[in-house]
Amino acid sequence: MNYQPIVQRTRAYLCLDCGKCTSVCPLARVDLDYSPRRIVERVVHGEAEAVIADPQLWSCMTCGLCSARCPSNVDFTRFIVEMRAAAFESGERGIYAHNGILQEVMRIQTLNVQQRRTEWLDEDRAAGKLQVADPDAEGAGDVFYFVGCLPFFDVIFQDLQIEALEIARNAVRLMNRIGISPIVSDAERCCGADLLLAGDVESFRRLAELNVEAIKASGASKVVFTCAECYNAFKTDYPAYVGPLPFETAHLTELLADEIEAGGLSFEDRGESQVVTYHDPCRMARYLKVHEPPRTALAAVPGLELVEMEDNRERAMCCGSTAWVNCSGCSKLIQREKLHQARQTGARVMLTTCPKCQIHLSCASRDLDEEQKVKVGDVATWLGQALG
Amino acid sequence: MHNGPKIVAFACNWCSYAGADLAGVSRIQYPPSTRVIRVMCSGRVSPMFILEAFRSGADGVLVTGCHPGDCHYISGNQKAERNVEMAHSLIRLLGIEPRRLRLAWISAGEGARFAQVIREFTEEVRELGANPLLGSITSQEEGVTVS
Repeated sequence: MNYQPIVQRTRAYLCLDCGKCTSVCPLARVDLDYSPRRIVERVVHGEAEAVIADPQLWSCMTCGLCSARCPSNVDFTRFIVEMRAAAFESGERGIYAHNGILQEVMRIQTLNVQQRRTEWLDEDRAAGKLQVADPDAEGAGDVFYFVGCLPFFDVIFQDLQIEALEIARNAVRLMNRIGISPIVSDAERCCGADLLLAGDVESFRRLAELNVEAIKASGASKVVFTCAECYNAFKTDYPAYVGPLPFETAHLTELLADEIEAGGLSFEDRGESQVVTYHDPCRMARYLKVHEPPRTALAAVPGLELVEMEDNRERAMCCGSTAWVNCSGCSKLIQREKLHQARQTGARVMLTTCPKCQIHLSCASRDLDEEQKVKVGDVATWLGQALG
Repeated sequence: MHNGPKIVAFACNWCSYAGADLAGVSRIQYPPSTRVIRVMCSGRVSPMFILEAFRSGADGVLVTGCHPGDCHYISGNQKAERNVEMAHSLIRLLGIEPRRLRLAWISAGEGARFAQVIREFTEEVRELGANPLLGSITSQEEGVTVS
């Protein structure tokens, strides 16, 4: 196979061998055999076949710190994604975490599924607590809430007590409060980002097509996300793989921040004070550069003091694992470092806008001593519960 | 060629597979609907195996192991129970009828029971019809077909 197009597209040929990527890579710090610089060098110098067969190809978390620092502007994360796609085609696979359950759940959704993924809503809808638009009604609504994998996470990660569906419930509550009854649909499928990152481009493309089709059919003009990965997939990857989208996209915290600034949303003053820190997921921090909206939304909660970790915004450290592949002892070390940074701020609660970061960091926190533990939660859940 | 439902049955090495063997050597008749996959312990059957079986076109999946308290590895069948429970929740969300997945305890001495379980389960899956995943995709709302 010819790897030159990948080298060209990602500007890898411009690599100066300076090694800045390796020096900022959170994985290279804990896995001394891993070096993004060397991976690029080997491919540029014609050893691509060896890189394809190297299990380390699947270890990169695609957190994008390297690309952010690269003086030659090499797109290393895209380079990794395209090399993985080539490796996948030649039969290589990463080591699937959780036995590959998540990959199977994603791949099944490329088939003719008639999902029951909105059942979590039934009770609250019947009780009148949550208002959603009926997806079958003509001109149901303008806003489509893309729930993502939360119903599946709720089943698979029960033991971590991450309360995945609370994110979705509180997201709907928050939207109701600012006058939106979103469409929540059974026709939605997984965004597919994790399959793309694991090299399975065909399944990703299929899921992307089906999602765009389903949202178009719903008539919505805006899609709202609570998951940073889904949001980035729609904003960055969908246009690249299936063409421009016929609707707008926004993260829930962006909607809320706008509304707060316009004076349309406020939270209850319960006379309690709480110190929290915010973890920028890679997708929000470096891919989409959405730093302030979650902070603006959290700052609007009375009594909530937001403290920053040493590495924040564009410099935020990764949660240690991506795409449900190659979760290892090294991931755990990165996660511990992250949790340590959080504890250094004095906060015992770390909030984020990516359910997967929440899963990974909750898993690592579980093994720590009581004083070192950090409760990892979602911004949407936290804000929803702060509503009066 | 058999035209009935296709069932993937996972059988543990120490009890259920031996039970299937006993059904065979005792010449007990049961429908040829089943592809038996031997695993060392029912606890080895990850929800991923179950999902992959459905994705590959199985109409039903049967997980069999030693009776509670009789597991060769002491608690593997308890793990199997948890795994099957998780798989039940997942296939339900994915719109596959949970009845297409069954867990049964069959000991090495229960050849007749093995045949009976296969007979009952085959009948149940036949009633449910073919695996819904295999149809061509139509949108749930608008009836839009995506090729």
